[in-house]
Amino acid sequence: MSVKTIAGVELKVSVDGYLEDMTQWNEEIAKEIATELGIELTPKHFEVLNYLRVKTIAKENLTIRGVGKSGIVDIKELYVLFPKGPLKFSSKIAGIPKPTSCI
Amino acid sequence: MKKLLILGAGTAGTMMANHLRPKLYLNEWDITIVDQYKTHYYQPGFLFLPFDTYTENQVKKNGKKFMPKGVNYIQKKIEQIFPEENKVELEGETLHYDVLIIATGSKIAPEETTGLLGPLWKKDIFDFYTFEGALALRNKLRDWQGGKLVVHITEMPIKCPVAPLEFSFLADSYFRKKGMRDKVDITYVTPLSGAFTKPTCTTALNYLLKEKDIKIEIDFAIESVDNDKKVIVDYAEREIPFDLLVTIPTNMGDEVIGKSGLGDDLNFIPTDHNTLQSKDHENIFVIGDATNVPASKAGSVAHFQAETLTDNILLYIGGYPLKKEFDGHANCFIETGNNKALLIDFNYVTEPVHGNFPFAKIGPLKLLKESVFNHWGKLAFRWIYWNMLLKGIAIPFVSRNMSFKGKVFDIKPDTK
Repeated sequence: MSVKTIAGVELKVSVDGYLEDMTQWNEEIAKEIATELGIELTPKHFEVLNYLRVKTIAKENLTIRGVGKSGIVDIKELYVLFPKGPLKFSSKIAGIPKPTSCI
Repeated sequence: MKKLLILGAGTAGTMMANHLRPKLYLNEWDITIVDQYKTHYYQPGFLFLPFDTYTENQVKKNGKKFMPKGVNYIQKKIEQIFPEENKVELEGETLHYDVLIIATGSKIAPEETTGLLGPLWKKDIFDFYTFEGALALRNKLRDWQGGKLVVHITEMPIKCPVAPLEFSFLADSYFRKKGMRDKVDITYVTPLSGAFTKPTCTTALNYLLKEKDIKIEIDFAIESVDNDKKVIVDYAEREIPFDLLVTIPTNMGDEVIGKSGLGDDLNFIPTDHNTLQSKDHENIFVIGDATNVPASKAGSVAHFQAETLTDNILLYIGGYPLKKEFDGHANCFIETGNNKALLIDFNYVTEPVHGNFPFAKIGPLKLLKESVFNHWGKLAFRWIYWNMLLKGIAIPFVSRNMSFKGKVFDIKPDTK
């Protein structure tokens, strides 16, 4: 774990750069993380990010399939919004923990 | 007379019948188990069938053999569960219950992927998660001349998550023995970010892929199979060509779970991680692959769950609070080819580690290291399965919760 200043806020982040405390998140932080990943956020991005945050608070397991059925985007659109890391990049920008897959 | 009903006579359901019958008075509790199929398959054997290591008869037996006396065994299709009315509709029969145990497992759903069931299905595209699929693949491999072999996982979760990797290792050995390894190009394609689902395993075991000359493609979320071009395509339009595709299709819970409104979007049932009680109905318990708990979908997990669930059923019917005991414990042999295997032991929170098992310092089995002993362990397990595990006989020295004796926490996962 380390501390990183993002959008003027000191944040605890995991070794992979995911926020340790999702309550510290705000839209400015999201924008700065997204820029680092080469993504410019649009309102559609924020719809996905908010969906991920709501599901995380509800302790639901996040999957690409689940986001695809969310009614916000289908899987193809999710890839367009977050190329190369549809679930990993979106989770990082949403300030939630790294998605885990069960063995 | 009170009624306990078990749906599914696979590994988990059969174990529960064997555990509970001796513990519930015959004049108080009626136990019924329902499964439409006669044959009980030793599913870990499906990994060995394609390579002619096991014969058909070594992996199947009549399910009735494993049912204890005093349990009604009904072979009918389950139509629907009505949890509010405590009843289950079968084909032409209705059963009422006081306590329900759901052990309906998981199965492949190839129809979930566009093009998978196209003209190449069972010609150049195979699964080995069904008896029929494993057998068809065996026949294909017997006279396959070589080319690009792609071993592919569609999405998680899948039953026995290490099986596709084991398949790749065994394929390497198989083609070497046949003297045609130079004609076969093996690629392992996964939706995850590493070969193993657990980061410590990826760190400790990545050398195996290099040693066996298996290429790996990570973060591949399949969108479709193009039967004309013979490629698999992902959502980012990445294409991977194949001559022979061995795929693990999407795994889903039984459709009766969906139809009864009891499951999530993959028909797995929301289940308390530690008590195994269903989250929505207090007299419904769930075990094995049918649950949505974040543990491996594997026989060893069902075995450990069965011990906790047996206690919890007895506590529940006695009116006592349930034990929050199950810790996600899994214990899996991983075949690495050339008559060697690895052993891993882990739970919900602790990743696989180095060490000895089951005895500290002694072993004889080594955790996360290849050894011949581990391979013998895996082969011996078939006997243990048929003769001990299904019958609910405890396996000596292997406890339901993960033990930390003899374990060495020395691996730091790679982070990229």
